[in-house]
Amino acid sequence: MVPLSWYLIFAAALFSIGLFGVLSRRNAVAILLGIELMLNSVNINLAAFWRYGDVSIMTGQVFAIIVFAVAAAEVAVGLALVISVYRRRNTVVADEIDMMKW
Amino acid sequence: MTGEQIVFLLVALFTLGSGLMVVTTRNLVHAALWLVSTLFGVAVTYALLSASFLAVVQVVVYIGAIAILFIFAVMLTRKDMRDQGAQQNPNWWVGALLSVLTFIGLFFLLQGWSGMSTTATAIPTGFDAISELGTALVSPDAFVLPFEVASVLLVAALVGAVYVAFNPRKGDFGK
Repeated sequence: MVPLSWYLIFAAALFSIGLFGVLSRRNAVAILLGIELMLNSVNINLAAFWRYGDVSIMTGQVFAIIVFAVAAAEVAVGLALVISVYRRRNTVVADEIDMMKW
Repeated sequence: MTGEQIVFLLVALFTLGSGLMVVTTRNLVHAALWLVSTLFGVAVTYALLSASFLAVVQVVVYIGAIAILFIFAVMLTRKDMRDQGAQQNPNWWVGALLSVLTFIGLFFLLQGWSGMSTTATAIPTGFDAISELGTALVSPDAFVLPFEVASVLLVAALVGAVYVAFNPRKGDFGK
């Protein structure tokens, strides 16, 4: 049987990889890819805590489903913003999107 | 090592390797395809955790919808993707340092926690996780309110996405 720690360390590693993607990429779409990795690692944690706790309490899985819904909403809005900015400014590089910079 | 542990380690290595390719590969179409394989590895992880509904939703919603949306967005904004310059920030090493520190911090935080070596108890026979989950999602004394709020959020976000990305031309509204 796999101990709980393996799942948690696996999720922590996936989270750190996603964090690296968010912090290091220049392209706005690639930053959103990193955010997806981070949301997935959180979902692994939720499912693992459901399985290793009392399985008759479904809170972990319900939270994971709500994270799915929020991730879908986030991707839709984020990619719509990226496409809209690309149409107006002809760039998707995060450094160059500075219309709101003071 | 039991068979389950070997399967878990293989899946975890596959998923983490694909995740590394997502954040490091130059070509963004390839990054989106590596994201598909990462998401598939996570779906197998759900299956290992016997969360069958989550595994199916991961394949249908994440791989079927979100990853395809990413591939569309990459292709629609493709012009300055392949050719010019670096794909990473000039100070990408700060990000690398921060994420390694985050991982080390989480690792030692988890080491100090007493519940780390918990092993799962067998799922009782006759326990149907999917029907329990469905009941929990719509029962008034469980999660019906967060469920409905998530639906409203999804509708609002999609309507907003259409509005933000919409590019009106002359004659689109009749006149």
